[in-house]
Amino acid sequence: MKILVIEDDRAAVDYLVKAFREAGHAVDAATDGLAGYGLAEESAHDVLVVDRMLPKMDGLSLIRGLREQGVTTPALILSALGQVDDRVKGLRAGGDDYLPKPYAFSELLARVEALGRRQGTAAKTEETTLSVGDLALDRLARRVTRGGQEIALQPREFRLLEFLMQHAGQVVTRTMLLEGVWDYHFDPQTNVIDVHVSRLRAKIDRGSDRPLLHTVRGAGYMIRDGAR
Amino acid sequence: MTALGKLWRTTAFRITLVNLAVFCVFAFAAFGYVAWNARRVVDGEITSTIDAEINGLAEQYNQGGIRRLLAVVFQRSAQPGASLYLITNFAGERLAGNIVALQPGVLDRSGAFETGYQATEDAERPRGRALVRVNLLPNGFRVVVGRDLIDRDRLVFATRRAFNWVIALVAVLGVATGVLVTRRVLKRVDAMTDAAQQIMGGSVERRLPVAGSGDEFDRLAVNLNSMLDRIGDLMTGLQQVSDNIAHDLKTPLTRLRNRAEGALRAASSPEDYRRALEGCIEESDGLIRVFNALLTIARLESGQTQGVMSDFDAADVIRDVAELYEPIAEESGATLAIDAPKSLPLRASRELVGQAVANLIDNAIKYGRCESGGAAPRIEVSAREVAGEGVAFVVADRGPGIPDADRERVVKRFERLESARTKSGFGLGLSLAAAVAKMHHGTLALEDNQPGLRVRLLIPSAPAA
Repeated sequence: MKILVIEDDRAAVDYLVKAFREAGHAVDAATDGLAGYGLAEESAHDVLVVDRMLPKMDGLSLIRGLREQGVTTPALILSALGQVDDRVKGLRAGGDDYLPKPYAFSELLARVEALGRRQGTAAKTEETTLSVGDLALDRLARRVTRGGQEIALQPREFRLLEFLMQHAGQVVTRTMLLEGVWDYHFDPQTNVIDVHVSRLRAKIDRGSDRPLLHTVRGAGYMIRDGAR
Repeated sequence: MTALGKLWRTTAFRITLVNLAVFCVFAFAAFGYVAWNARRVVDGEITSTIDAEINGLAEQYNQGGIRRLLAVVFQRSAQPGASLYLITNFAGERLAGNIVALQPGVLDRSGAFETGYQATEDAERPRGRALVRVNLLPNGFRVVVGRDLIDRDRLVFATRRAFNWVIALVAVLGVATGVLVTRRVLKRVDAMTDAAQQIMGGSVERRLPVAGSGDEFDRLAVNLNSMLDRIGDLMTGLQQVSDNIAHDLKTPLTRLRNRAEGALRAASSPEDYRRALEGCIEESDGLIRVFNALLTIARLESGQTQGVMSDFDAADVIRDVAELYEPIAEESGATLAIDAPKSLPLRASRELVGQAVANLIDNAIKYGRCESGGAAPRIEVSAREVAGEGVAFVVADRGPGIPDADRERVVKRFERLESARTKSGFGLGLSLAAAVAKMHHGTLALEDNQPGLRVRLLIPSAPAA
């Protein structure tokens, strides 16, 4: 994936460029709003990572400008302002995701990859069945089977699994789960999400020698076929 | 600044002066009109008297010729009074009358007009002014009949003098009133300024003086005082936060530092380093969480989070949040009982209300168990509409509860009961719930559940934007 990082803090840029490269992505970087705008406009990137406060042109104006020019590259906004209304402002300006600082790189990577893949597989989310390995989820019948065996899930567990399977092969963080499944943006303080995931794991991986739901240390969860 | 300069700079004094000027102009116009009118009426009367007399004299002439006319004029001139007469021949030489001389050219003018004249009796007498009319008789004789204007001029003079006095009196009284009023105003303003300067100078407890008369200054002072109270509250809050940050955040920061230091000193294998680094990340995540909560509380308390209001179903929120925490409750052996109607429409911030309710349930799960074992902890969560007030969310547990004396304290930031210190958490959950309540103009009440704690969060519905 080709990522463009627009961020004015040198140390942060170096860190992000290095970390994204290590994760196997191509990275361009710009340290002010105007340069970033130019780069984003002329060369095709898969995802933009934009700091909100930038010299010469702030992040929101940059994204708004790009959208007016018809550039639809998904953009993730990084900002020290993380309150609900700040996020709403950011998303309304044309951002596709919002991550408040300080952030964990694992979460940033997970979100950026999710954005990049969402772009490529927009049609896939409309699929009526999702499958990972021998686990299949029928969205219309709201039925989950593993190796042909039906698994009974609570409605919320179903949504949780659905969300994970939509992002199969990608890291999904706890905050992404809280946002995607429960539609809340606050910090639950306790390990509520972990408990939900472990319950789900007990239901889908029980008695199987090939676990599908993996915990990614320090980041979150990932569902993938162990054999792959 | 001199007292006069200060006076001059006040709005009240300037307004008084402008008022005074406007009043003077009006008075001048009114008096002028009265004087002009009086003069016009008097002149009209004099003119008609003169006309009657001229007609009478013309009659005499027609009947008895110039001799008779001269005789009549001699006789009339001899009588005291304001009437003036003059008969001249065709050459303009005086034949009879009590006028010695007129201004040159007067004899050729027609109509009634004012002119200066010299009286007969005494050449030393100053020239007077008269309203006269000249009538041309056959054979070139001229009859001049006039009336001295001294009475009329006296009237006009008296009016003018009265006007001058009135204006002088008005000016003096006006300026005096202005000065008095302005000085009163200045005194109050000065008192307020002094108080404000003292407050700015550090006497934060000082308040603006209130005279108790309920006038506009009192209203201003009362409002400014309540503003100062509010600022004082905020400052106290800020002070507390910084104290608390100093106290409660230094601990985890020190822990973080110690961990890193310990790893550098003792760790030998990459695995050890890895574990230490993971610990550091965990620790800093905790710190970030606390900072976020503090920022949220601060923003809510300063009322900055406006515009996130939306219409939502409060019953859904309480079911969602309870469902989110249900597995945790089960793990700790507690049961969550939810009691809410099918739907409870509410206009508020769904996010914040959800977070507040989550904090309350989280607290109930953490602290709502009896130390002495006993029955399995049961947490009751309910939402009800309170007519005319809003929606009341109640989270009740059967734990040890909170003593009366501590209820106010635990709502404050970082304040925790001694018994809770051993458990995880930072003591921000209730503060946040209280801040959410405050932001929505609602209340957070801690009550006795006999036994246990019953927390009631009342959120009034916000008016649609």
